[in-house]
Amino acid sequence: MIPETGHFALILALVVALVQSSVPLVGVRRGDVALMRTAVTGALAQFVFVSLAFALLVAAYVQSDFSVVNVYENSHTAKPLVYKITGVWGNHEGSLVLWILILTLFGALVALFGGNLPERLRATVLAVQSWVAVAFLLFVLFTSNPFLRLDPAPAEGRDLNPILQDIGLAIHPPLLYAGYVGFSIAFSFAVAALILGRIDAAWARWVRPWTLLAWMFLTVGISIGSYWAYYELGWGGWWFWDPVENASFMPWLLGTALLHSAIVMEKREALKVWTILLAILTFSLSLLGTFLVRSGVLTSVHAFATDPTRGLVILIILLVFTGGALALFAMRMQTLRQGGLFAPISREGSLVFNNLILTAACGVVLVGTLYPLALEAINGEKISVGAPFFNATFGPLMLPLLLAVPFGPMLAWKRGDLYASTQRLFAAIVLAAVGGLAILWWQEGAPVLAVIGVTLALWLMAGAAAEISFRVKLFRAPLPESFRRAVNLPRSAWGTALAHAGVGITVLGVVTVTAFETEDIRVMNPGDSAEAAGYTVTFDGAAPHLGPNYRDIVGHFVIRKDGVIVGEADPAKRVYIASGQPTTEAGIITRGFSQVYVTLGDPQQDGGFAVTIYYKPLVTLIWLGTIVMFIAGAISLSDRRLRVGAPKRARATKASKTDPVPAE
Amino acid sequence: MTRKQRRLSLIAAAGLVLALAVGLVLVAFEDTIVFFVTPSEVQAQTIEPGTRVRLGGLVAKDSVVRGQGTAVSFSVTDTTATVSVVYNGILPDLFREGQGVVTEGRFDGEGVFVADTVLAKHDENYMPKEVADALKEQGVWKHNE
Repeated sequence: MIPETGHFALILALVVALVQSSVPLVGVRRGDVALMRTAVTGALAQFVFVSLAFALLVAAYVQSDFSVVNVYENSHTAKPLVYKITGVWGNHEGSLVLWILILTLFGALVALFGGNLPERLRATVLAVQSWVAVAFLLFVLFTSNPFLRLDPAPAEGRDLNPILQDIGLAIHPPLLYAGYVGFSIAFSFAVAALILGRIDAAWARWVRPWTLLAWMFLTVGISIGSYWAYYELGWGGWWFWDPVENASFMPWLLGTALLHSAIVMEKREALKVWTILLAILTFSLSLLGTFLVRSGVLTSVHAFATDPTRGLVILIILLVFTGGALALFAMRMQTLRQGGLFAPISREGSLVFNNLILTAACGVVLVGTLYPLALEAINGEKISVGAPFFNATFGPLMLPLLLAVPFGPMLAWKRGDLYASTQRLFAAIVLAAVGGLAILWWQEGAPVLAVIGVTLALWLMAGAAAEISFRVKLFRAPLPESFRRAVNLPRSAWGTALAHAGVGITVLGVVTVTAFETEDIRVMNPGDSAEAAGYTVTFDGAAPHLGPNYRDIVGHFVIRKDGVIVGEADPAKRVYIASGQPTTEAGIITRGFSQVYVTLGDPQQDGGFAVTIYYKPLVTLIWLGTIVMFIAGAISLSDRRLRVGAPKRARATKASKTDPVPAE
Repeated sequence: MTRKQRRLSLIAAAGLVLALAVGLVLVAFEDTIVFFVTPSEVQAQTIEPGTRVRLGGLVAKDSVVRGQGTAVSFSVTDTTATVSVVYNGILPDLFREGQGVVTEGRFDGEGVFVADTVLAKHDENYMPKEVADALKEQGVWKHNE
């Protein structure tokens, strides 16, 4: 009964979605508030039905109900409970249900917290959001139904791909989807604004918190995926420029651009056309990502489905939504009047620069990702566009942007003073330069790019600190005065500075690990020791071991620094019993921000093992930086002017004087 | 600055960034693209030693020889032609004789492929796409899933 109820709940959700995608629009047309409000009820009902379907799918997994094809193919009775649950979205059908669950969750949130949106706007936004839901519900029901039955039911399931049997699967997809799908709100707002023909600063203020929320989740979602690949695949790499990674990185790049251009639109009513376009394109790239990952066009651990019809359907959804939105955009573009003027050197100018570079960078990643597919489709030639391509294109593009970041918040709106800003950033410039020189002194003959990279990273962090200290008049005013200013500083200013510092932290990790990591591949017999960046790694031996649903050989390594034991690593070669698939489990010791990373290779004739020992200096900063960015986003989101929903004008702020108040 | 000049400077900046991006992409396409070849193609056309390529096929049966330490040699075949490969490092979990493999590296002067990367498959049902296509062309591999 459970699977049938789940299936029925999905059908009910589709019916509600169909109503919600049309009736509110009729209401908008007729000015009928009652009809418009059906959108709110609809959004909540949709979420309830999809949650029910999702919960029932989870129940089928927990009970190991192998009469359901999806459960049979991706689960096993011996699998630990947590992986039974996470296995729900470790496959094509289940992951799409999660996708829709998050889509409807965002719709429900807009319905709940959008109380101060104009009635017409809210109704239209929810209707547009529902179009997306209709498309994906149809897709799931007709091509990827997770509730299909199998008769007779097999006694045992085929188990989940062992690589996915990790806590990473519990966190990475839900967060990533929250990011991906969260951008659907910005998309729905953009399309709704185009339909209603009303786009102003207020619009940007409503969209910004949603965009920020999606961006925060996408940031940590990508980051956790990266850390997962780093420790699970056993190659010691944290980013492969794999097309699937690029698929999530492209919406991130454009989403970051959108986040910044929406600021200009809100504060200065400029860049309207551009911001709307970005909102449409960001979600289109999320859809493109879903297509690339789920269609089987690419082969990777993420490509569960290689059924061509499914890929075709997603492609059609992508084309209809992107094409339709862009056509609407082209029709309405003429009616968008451009607002505030600004000089090239100004806050607006710096944000435009940010947008140009991020968009170009996104374009470069897009070309690199799609070119091999296009070439193969055209003349059958097979090429691979890998890390060298992206390092040679993405890297140089990012340099000027990172250089410019600390200037942005220092420049005034409309017309900035570059000379004065440079003076204010003087301390940061000196600090970054000293840091770069220190690297040269410490690592004689260090790669030029490493020196530049470290300098840039320090520049970003020091620049963020300089911005805050400038704003609170640190050392230029008595300390209590500075403290008072710091307390009164808008949280969005803290958020900006912290996010930029977070970028610096990530860059520092990326640069140091790329330039200074060491890799040592060797055969070790029990008792052998190896040196890695001042650490002595001693191999004690390896022993077989039995896990809940796997067998493994676990190596035991002791890591010493100056003769003192600082950690023990137990890398393993593991074989999953149900599927017979082997995996590698890395042994990782974290020291400060750096890591010693040990993997166990093949056993040798004489009892030794092939072993790889990496030393990864400051590697954890890569992920810590993204967590800082997430926290920065959260701080910014808690700013009363940005709070999800809309501002309550308890106190007339400076911003509110320049912002037009919506007429509704 | 007049409105027109400001607009022009914006367009100029956009054009500049675009030109930079296009330039970088074109240069990188010259230098960094790696072609995928099968053993038959290696036999048919000489590949300049030192050119980076991806070589894919099946690991030939009984060809894997583990040398001193972590050095390994094996042959990659598409049944019509075979290429010898040497590699120093830890082989991926799913590396097996008779299974599909993609390696990346360069040919030395003697026609031996010196691989610096042996690509892991993520799960055993999955055959690297290039390999599957190449084998299908040869009529060796049947799609049975």
